Amino acid sequence: MIFKVCEQEELRRLFDILAADNTVVGPVQTGLDRNGSALNAFKPVADYTNLNLGYTTTKLSAKSYFLPFRESLASFQIDGNDWQKTVDYHCDRPIVFFGLHACDINALNKLDKVLMGNTYPMPYYAAKRKNMFIIGIDCQPQPFCFCRSMGSDTVLHGFDLFITDIGNRYFIEIQSATAYNILARIKTRPPEEVDHLQYMAIAAHKNKQFTSRVDTTDLTKILDMEFQSPVWKQWGDKCLGCGTCANVCPTCYCYGVEETVDIGLRSAQKVKTLYSCNIVDFAEVAGGHNFRSERHTRLKYRYYHKHRGFVEAYEESLCVGCGRCGEACLAGITVPEVIASVRGEES
Amino acid sequence: MTAPHHGRQLRKNDLAKFEHTYKAEIASVSQLTAMERLYRIQIIDPEERRLFSFKPGQFVMLELPGIGEAPFGISSSPSSRDDIELCIRTAGNLTAWLARATRGMRVGIRGPFGTSFPMETMHGQNILLIAGGLGLAPLRSPIAYVQEHRNRFHQVEILYGTRDPSQLLFTFQYDLWRRDEIGLGIIVDKPDPAWKGPVGLITRLLEPIIAGKDEAFIQNTSAIVCGPPIMFKSVCAMLNEAGIPMQKMFVSLERRMHCGMGKCCRCNVGSTYTCLSGPVFDFWSVMNLKEAI
Repeated sequence: MIFKVCEQEELRRLFDILAADNTVVGPVQTGLDRNGSALNAFKPVADYTNLNLGYTTTKLSAKSYFLPFRESLASFQIDGNDWQKTVDYHCDRPIVFFGLHACDINALNKLDKVLMGNTYPMPYYAAKRKNMFIIGIDCQPQPFCFCRSMGSDTVLHGFDLFITDIGNRYFIEIQSATAYNILARIKTRPPEEVDHLQYMAIAAHKNKQFTSRVDTTDLTKILDMEFQSPVWKQWGDKCLGCGTCANVCPTCYCYGVEETVDIGLRSAQKVKTLYSCNIVDFAEVAGGHNFRSERHTRLKYRYYHKHRGFVEAYEESLCVGCGRCGEACLAGITVPEVIASVRGEES
Repeated sequence: MTAPHHGRQLRKNDLAKFEHTYKAEIASVSQLTAMERLYRIQIIDPEERRLFSFKPGQFVMLELPGIGEAPFGISSSPSSRDDIELCIRTAGNLTAWLARATRGMRVGIRGPFGTSFPMETMHGQNILLIAGGLGLAPLRSPIAYVQEHRNRFHQVEILYGTRDPSQLLFTFQYDLWRRDEIGLGIIVDKPDPAWKGPVGLITRLLEPIIAGKDEAFIQNTSAIVCGPPIMFKSVCAMLNEAGIPMQKMFVSLERRMHCGMGKCCRCNVGSTYTCLSGPVFDFWSVMNLKEAI
């Protein structure tokens, strides 16, 4: 692993170099919520001053850039009885992500396991993922962040550069040759012991800021033991089944596929739309039978997929602990509270 | 600029498989009952047809461009390489379109996907093939395998239960199965006046088959059970009580699927993908799928 240190003003030069011939996506303040707090979103940015690198979180994850809400999988040209299928992976140019937090990079690494590391790698995702340049940035834990419980408060790989503000200068971790070569175009220096000490002090301070946590000890077993627990019904009664949690989640990838024909019956589209397992017809089959017709069974399923099934398959949870679902939930359901209640703890 | 490689190297060939559709033609349609039809489907390109092969229990995604795509278990013999047969009940949007399909219509096939019944490991054993209702559709493929390799198996029994006599599928094959020394028991729950056979649930047919069998017979028996969950649950419980180990009973699960390749999550049971880890599961695995039973 190679480290560098640069002055704060050099980051603007790095941005300008990258933005010269690439689309740069980064955190931008888009407004204020009803409490007067900043609302942030990942948007294409042309001017460094528009970046809000000290952002707390974003309502939506960066998911729409690699798992678009709606994406065409294929199109058909129909000619009488015959047809031709055309497949397009929609990857025309690289995207630079400037300022992703560790949780969101970890989310990508988890998605990689399902969408690229499986029997059937998904070209639509892989094409975009392989064509990204990611600059990570450190963050301040918010009251809803439980990434530390999920092991996602730091990130080991899956990015090109990771930048930590160590007071009037940046500590840079370099993970790719591309990044190394680009950094050669700005003014950097090798870190000195004082930089190392400062980095460690900042990391230690950050660790003390977490207020929200989830106890994951033996969680896969406990979820199985408590499959029939009445708490699921209680949460299910609160849940609106709206799917907002999946929409804001950086790792929810479930989808549905629909085909439509144009009005002239000459072409058809096969379109993938992100879906949510909390929506009523998620597991409904032809003929009308619904394997999860009740809200609590769907809410429970979501927790089982994130915290049990994925752990069994990949030895890590699919949840990164970003807390977006709890913040966005209209019924106020949060992961730490649900897990605590399943464990029989007062929350 | 190219980003560094994240994760493993991907092969172009693997990626291209994702949306690869074999263009195929409906070669014939036969009406089996009021609601079920048997579609014989042939891949048009001879080279693609030659390369396409499947194992009993696997499924394909059948696509009608512009209408949609759905998973169907293959009902035909894995050795007939010219075409595949799908037995389809009119139940939803896609199948309603299919019900109007005629010979020559061009459809898409993706697959085959999923796990299969481990026929080779059952060589030398007794086999119970137990179907409830439409469960006979996926069971017809392993039955065909057994017919073609009859001397590799000992006693073979097909037990088939359905609601009423009008719903019996594949009636034209019953004599052919019996001719190959395969026992066939059929039971209906609601008989019509013409029905001469036994009446009741499938477990009534199963009782005499496993009653009084010695340890050697039980230890050398495998079962394939296809039908609704309530049916395979009670059948497998009965077989387990008789002493057949759960890992020697195989069931096929049915779920909604939008991809067939472990991506869309629509077929997840608990958090297991029916399309990747299934549709064929041994009963021990099903017992561990919280939502399946």
